[in-house]
Amino acid sequence: MSELADIISRNEEQIRTEWIRDMARSLQRGDLISKTELEEQSKAVLVAVVKGVQSGSNDVSSPGWSGARELLQQISASRARQGFSPVEVATFVLSLKQPIFSAIRHDLAKSQDKLFDTVWSATELLDRLALTTTEAVMNTREELISRQQLELLELSTPVVKLWDGILALPIIGTLDSARTQVVMENLLQTIVATNSKYAIIDITGVPTVDTLVAQHLLKTITAARLMGAECIISGVRPQIAQTIVHLGINLEDVVTKAKLSDALALALQRSGRTVVRTSEGSNSGRGILSNREG
Amino acid sequence: MERIPVLRMGSLLLITIQVDMHDKLALQLQEDVTQKISEWGSTGVLIDISSLEIVDSFIGRMLANIAAMSRVLGAETVVVGMQPAVAITLVELGMSLPGVRTALSVEAGMELLYGAVAGLQSGSEDEFVQA
Repeated sequence: MSELADIISRNEEQIRTEWIRDMARSLQRGDLISKTELEEQSKAVLVAVVKGVQSGSNDVSSPGWSGARELLQQISASRARQGFSPVEVATFVLSLKQPIFSAIRHDLAKSQDKLFDTVWSATELLDRLALTTTEAVMNTREELISRQQLELLELSTPVVKLWDGILALPIIGTLDSARTQVVMENLLQTIVATNSKYAIIDITGVPTVDTLVAQHLLKTITAARLMGAECIISGVRPQIAQTIVHLGINLEDVVTKAKLSDALALALQRSGRTVVRTSEGSNSGRGILSNREG
Repeated sequence: MERIPVLRMGSLLLITIQVDMHDKLALQLQEDVTQKISEWGSTGVLIDISSLEIVDSFIGRMLANIAAMSRVLGAETVVVGMQPAVAITLVELGMSLPGVRTALSVEAGMELLYGAVAGLQSGSEDEFVQA
């Protein structure tokens, strides 16, 4: 190991020049990163690698390498955000092999055994460093995905007010446990905030209703009932009606309607309102609502 | 000793729970409510739990029990103002309080009770079927 450390420290200047020259030749993503930035990063990485090698350990996870590790993770994360592929990020480190190998060959040309051993340790070292960058890229991507999932969860459950005291909750996409929790909380909060007696849960956008989804729906409806609100399920498609009956799901205590408009009509009727057409064939056939007193 | 007040409003009983319920308090309330219904001949009980933020299965069962006992004594029970978190907890505990009527606010609960009491007095069976 000390052999490799010696060679790298001694030839640091030359390795750096060669590395930057090689990279400049093979630099494919001039659109994503500038040449000066790349040069600065290369210099910093090489300094950190020299420091790591001089710590006397060949193990990248040892404390002597923490500087190089952190630097590479940081660079990889920023490159992942810039849009580099994992291959491109790993190539950044792996392209350091050639200049180091040529330095080793130059210095150890006389002893075959030593040459081979040193080349092997250099390969091992650089592969590990390249793997570190790949891991960092993956972590950055995973963070991104989980953040987007969270945002999707929050965006996908709007509660809209249809009328005074009537809410609608259009559900789009499959209902899993995590989403049901968010949907339920959102709906119940809005029921309290708007003092609404009726809530229409529209499942037109739910692709399939299995026993689990039905159970989640029933939970939401029960919770709303406990608070004093009434739920109506709408948007039951013919296939879903068939599935529900075939699966033997008991929705008898729940009012279900085929269309959102039917559900709204029912909610209006139950809250003592009627829709009346003011005059036959008027410009838009617009109806007005009247409150039935008593 | 700490106890939850039971107020009389005409033929109705009004109970607002404004402290954290513990088991002893719940049992005492159960005792008081049944006592007062028979003493005053009340026909309706309104329980306001809008300040109640923590429930367990015992409190849930207590609410169901009070409703059932009141019905035996000839009074309807309405629970009003349940918080979303409380409702979710009860559902997760598997307690849907099937025999208990609910309303969003005290006002809505009163309306419901007056309706139910009127239904009872006119001898209509509808209310029992619904409950």
